[in-house]
Amino acid sequence: MPATTATTPGRPAPRLRSTYRPDRPRHRRSTLTTVLTGIVLVYSLVPLVWLVVNATKTQAGLFSSFGLWFADDFALWQNVVDTLTYDDGIFLRWFGNTLLYVVLGAGGATFLAILGGYGLAKFDFPGKRWVFAIVIGAVAVPGTALAVPTFLMFSQMGLTNTPWSVIIPSLIAPFGLYLMWTFSAEAIPTELLEAARMDGSGEFRTFFRISLPLLAPGIVTVLLFTMVATWNNYFLPLIMLRDSAWYPLTLGLNAWNAQAATAGGEAIFNLVITGSLLTILPLVVAFLLLQRYWQSGLAAGSVKE
Amino acid sequence: MTARHRRALRGAALLGVASLALSACSGSTDAGGGSGDAEAVDTASVLEEGGEITVWAWEPTLEDVVADFEAENPNVTVNLENVGTGNDQYTALQNAIAAGDGVPDVAQIEYYAVPQFAIAENLTDLGPLGAGELDGTFTTGPWTSVQSGDGIYGLPMDSGPMALFYNQDVFDEVGVDVPTTWDEYLEAARAIHEADPNAYIANDTGDAGFTTSMIWQAGGRPYQVDGTEMTIDFTDEGTTRFTEVWQQLIDEELLAPVSSWSDEWYQGLGDGSIATLTIGAWMPANLESGVPQAAGQWRVAEMPQWESGAHDTAENGGSSLAVPAASENAELAYAFVEYANAGDGVQTRVDGGAFPATTAELESEEFQAKEFEYFGGQQVNEVLAESAANVVEGWQYVPFQVYANSIFNDTVGQAYVSGTTLDEGLAAWQESLVAYGDEQGFTVNE
Repeated sequence: MPATTATTPGRPAPRLRSTYRPDRPRHRRSTLTTVLTGIVLVYSLVPLVWLVVNATKTQAGLFSSFGLWFADDFALWQNVVDTLTYDDGIFLRWFGNTLLYVVLGAGGATFLAILGGYGLAKFDFPGKRWVFAIVIGAVAVPGTALAVPTFLMFSQMGLTNTPWSVIIPSLIAPFGLYLMWTFSAEAIPTELLEAARMDGSGEFRTFFRISLPLLAPGIVTVLLFTMVATWNNYFLPLIMLRDSAWYPLTLGLNAWNAQAATAGGEAIFNLVITGSLLTILPLVVAFLLLQRYWQSGLAAGSVKE
Repeated sequence: MTARHRRALRGAALLGVASLALSACSGSTDAGGGSGDAEAVDTASVLEEGGEITVWAWEPTLEDVVADFEAENPNVTVNLENVGTGNDQYTALQNAIAAGDGVPDVAQIEYYAVPQFAIAENLTDLGPLGAGELDGTFTTGPWTSVQSGDGIYGLPMDSGPMALFYNQDVFDEVGVDVPTTWDEYLEAARAIHEADPNAYIANDTGDAGFTTSMIWQAGGRPYQVDGTEMTIDFTDEGTTRFTEVWQQLIDEELLAPVSSWSDEWYQGLGDGSIATLTIGAWMPANLESGVPQAAGQWRVAEMPQWESGAHDTAENGGSSLAVPAASENAELAYAFVEYANAGDGVQTRVDGGAFPATTAELESEEFQAKEFEYFGGQQVNEVLAESAANVVEGWQYVPFQVYANSIFNDTVGQAYVSGTTLDEGLAAWQESLVAYGDEQGFTVNE
């Protein structure tokens, strides 16, 4: 359980951390699960290792060396510099775009999911069952299936080929809403809200001062989900965007990759690989920093107290 | 100019753009024009009037052309956008046309795809805009490729007359001559693979563009289109001439199982395990940038022939710039297309490594005499220009070639991975295409 060892100074201790530790030594090792976990570990790490190793190679080195080991020349820094400066530094522009989409899209989606989930969990209103049915139904519909209808709708509104065409659909996260709903129901005792009301706290004050802190682990979980989804979003921007100045990293890297298949195009496999490495770094960092919150978020509600 | 800014413009000034185009029109009549054709565009005044156009293209040399064009015409703004290569771009274009919004003013369209867009009336006939006077400017293959019925639906940007690119080192090592006929090619394939089991004369996993070009050179005419009536027949003499030889290459496993444009392909071209490429004349720039480790090893020769002593070639790839019918600024769009493909832009693109479709550039001394360091100092363009002049005439694509090529691998592609023969694969392809053509309202094989 890496979360129990990774501590960041100055951060509040995660909620469930202390309850895990005493349990640990009591677990007995099972060879089968160890092997299975090992296989999964290798399976998930090999592509990462490949990416790191190959980001250190030049274009020529890529073709003349074994894929899972280093070539004679170590060109990582040169590759990074080339990636950041190729085509007038368009990579940085794409990086900024992706950040914009993530901050507004994933941030907004999380915000809406918190509001909606909290409202559904803690307030009674007519038609609640219908809302529930629609949310559950929406979870089942893959975003890919909605991309083309969304495109046609947006193009009538004149929104295609603008950042809004990527941000607005990203704001809708049914799964996040569902998660916040169940989390709110578990994490916030209704008695606490009643007590707050008795003491004369308004609903907004109660929400921001009492409920929101209690929801923190759930919020981080939803934030991570939506962040990953938005960061890796490919199909929606592919359909919506034409102007490469608004591309997110996923589309930009694909365009670089396609250059190799273009008459007169410049093959830049080394930059595509290095660019991919740079693209996943922020996500890796986000996960390492936030994973302990995520863990407690996922575990919440699993134990009746 | 940013996209947001442009969107604001599009939203607010749609009418403004239209009236700009109108005033450009009236400007040309005021100026007197002088040409007999009442509709012919006075390019100078259109350019003077200026405006903004969007160009969808993936051709890398266009960036310089756009920069020059904007410098020469300060009132014109050109937004060059790379929406994707080939099929990706066509999908985007069709989406935009269906949505009726966001359609570019100029689009790069490969020759094989031109009829598909032309027959759907998605493209502007450039004849009245001035393209009608460009007869003789372009080589025959590309020029006929952009025409459909009486209309001219694009100006040829580059061309891909085929040639045999080969790795001299491999041939020297094995000790075989560079093939001049396809029979010799088959012999060479055996020799190369025998000398080194990892080496192949070529790669092929089923590529619609390559196969149709090979049939083209062999004299096959599987597609015959006349308006909405057409025949699709992959059993004619030329087609079987090709499949007979190619089937042997497949059966004897003499073709590397590597798809073109993949990273393995670039690797194979660099380490000698893929010894030849029968491909369009635009290839040198790709070899130079994609396979730098093999500099000095490659050479170019005439495409192998079906009859010794003949000099037949075919086109492979190449694309045009077209003006979509939905463009609100067709005259300015055409002015740009003419500049890029028949004006000063051509030389800029040739300097950038593109292979032109204009006869003037192809025949110029400077172009043909250029020595390519990558090709060991060979005057590559001489061979390629010769090939451009020897393209067999009379080839046609069906007006749904984009779809046709997209199902190539499900039918003909099977010949490369299973016991199906090329002939059977082509028959299956034909069957699917006839059915699809009928569905689309064409009269096929009747």
